[in-house]
Amino acid sequence: MIGLPQVYLLAGLIFAAFAVLSARDASNPRRLANAAFWALLALSMVAGDWLGDVANGLLVLALVGIAAFGLGRGTSEASVGERAAEAARHGNRLFFLALVIPLVALAGTLCFNALPDLVDPKQVTLVSLALGTLLALTIGLAWLRVRALEPFEEGRRLMDAVGWAAVLPQMLASLGAVFAAAGVGDIVGQFASAAIPADSRLAAVIAYGLGMAAFTMVMGNAFAAFPVMAAGIGLPILVHQYGGDPAVVAAIGMLCGFCGTLMTPMAANFNIVPAALLELSDRNAVVKAQVPTALPLLAVNIALIWFLAFR
Amino acid sequence: MLVLSGIAVMIGGFMLRLNPLLVVLCAALASGLSAGMDPVAVIAIFGKAFNNSRYVSVVWIVLPVIGLLERRGLQERARGVIAGMKGATLPRLLTGYLLFRQLSAALGLVSIAGHAQTVRPLLAPMAEATAEPRDEAEAERVKALAAATDNIGLFFGEDIFIAIGSILLMKGFLAQNGIELSPFSLSVWAIPTAVAAFLIHSLRIRLFEWRRHRK
Repeated sequence: MIGLPQVYLLAGLIFAAFAVLSARDASNPRRLANAAFWALLALSMVAGDWLGDVANGLLVLALVGIAAFGLGRGTSEASVGERAAEAARHGNRLFFLALVIPLVALAGTLCFNALPDLVDPKQVTLVSLALGTLLALTIGLAWLRVRALEPFEEGRRLMDAVGWAAVLPQMLASLGAVFAAAGVGDIVGQFASAAIPADSRLAAVIAYGLGMAAFTMVMGNAFAAFPVMAAGIGLPILVHQYGGDPAVVAAIGMLCGFCGTLMTPMAANFNIVPAALLELSDRNAVVKAQVPTALPLLAVNIALIWFLAFR
Repeated sequence: MLVLSGIAVMIGGFMLRLNPLLVVLCAALASGLSAGMDPVAVIAIFGKAFNNSRYVSVVWIVLPVIGLLERRGLQERARGVIAGMKGATLPRLLTGYLLFRQLSAALGLVSIAGHAQTVRPLLAPMAEATAEPRDEAEAERVKALAAATDNIGLFFGEDIFIAIGSILLMKGFLAQNGIELSPFSLSVWAIPTAVAAFLIHSLRIRLFEWRRHRK
């Protein structure tokens, strides 16, 4: 059955290619640091399940150590003029190739669910992404007639633009596990429920909505905040004490958390990574573009809970 | 109480603009140690969670394809196509993308777009081509708005789909507390917020364009 192990193997091979090409990249002043960083990530992808917990932890320490001293950055050989000439030569074929990954993702999501023996049903998305990538690479190499190494050299260039931010989402997910083991959520939940004035339904609704957003901003993830806030305020006060509709309280409460996700650097894969990927000079530029949408939407969500939960 | 030191480390570290990877590791150590674990145990918990979260970093496998397309001129082509369209404006482009992203996410198709797959190679260059920014600062704001539009479309579309992670999490949490609900009865309540998100964000896109032209 095709599942995560095969996807991790492919990811490991691609990171290994980035490591080798980084080591050979003379335009990067810190090429060995980059090579070591991507090599460690390749090792984690390929061998993580055999290393054991402590060794995986030491691997993370090494990754952080390298990143803290700074990664370097290589450049592309192709000039803007060359790329414009390429664009004119290939025309709209480029768009068809760009559509291969999303189309395979679409087809995979629709088809693989019907083939539970072939593809692990829980991993349909990642398997489709991996298959889409392989298919697009194959078609690209044949159709555009490029050297086999070119995609990996250009991929390495993009990877350098992202840099250490590439593993930040995975680091934050791991931090969530440590916070859970240390009991951080329980204490936050106690604080939140203690902060609500008694006998005010409105105050409870507002505290629940704001609490979801604020705790999501701290944890970077509405999934971590939801059980805490729902157990601290949502269920005991809004549902049991005031008779609110649990479906509304849960569903719109989660969406209050999503408003928090838009406003925090902790939600790295949505906020920090795109800033790096688009090579923006301000790491928080995407967060800043989102706050003016997130705040009014948070107010709307709190009002929706107020009007819809207590019909 | 002391276990909250990890949160303090996170906030302080981000404000001091230290390397975020270092901040995250220090926050984990601070929280774990103040909860009475020994350092090796904290490292082991972190290492185990890091290994179990590898799926988060798999998205980077698309970079060789995106890199190949960029080297062969995809961004230039995207700019050229949009510049050749009559009536293509920044608000129309971004609002159209917002609607596409919300609708496709509501059908469960969350991975057919994203920052690496569509925003960097297609949406951001198209947004720049329609906006014709006057300087680098304005170009960066246009690109950041394109990235923001992708996030907002995804977040406030996906919860309408019944089999998405957050719906299953809510269903599971409520079931543990003795409340049985169908995923559908949860997902319908995401629709009012989805409409509000579309109205608020498309209004903001228009305001952004209006302020740019007034200057």
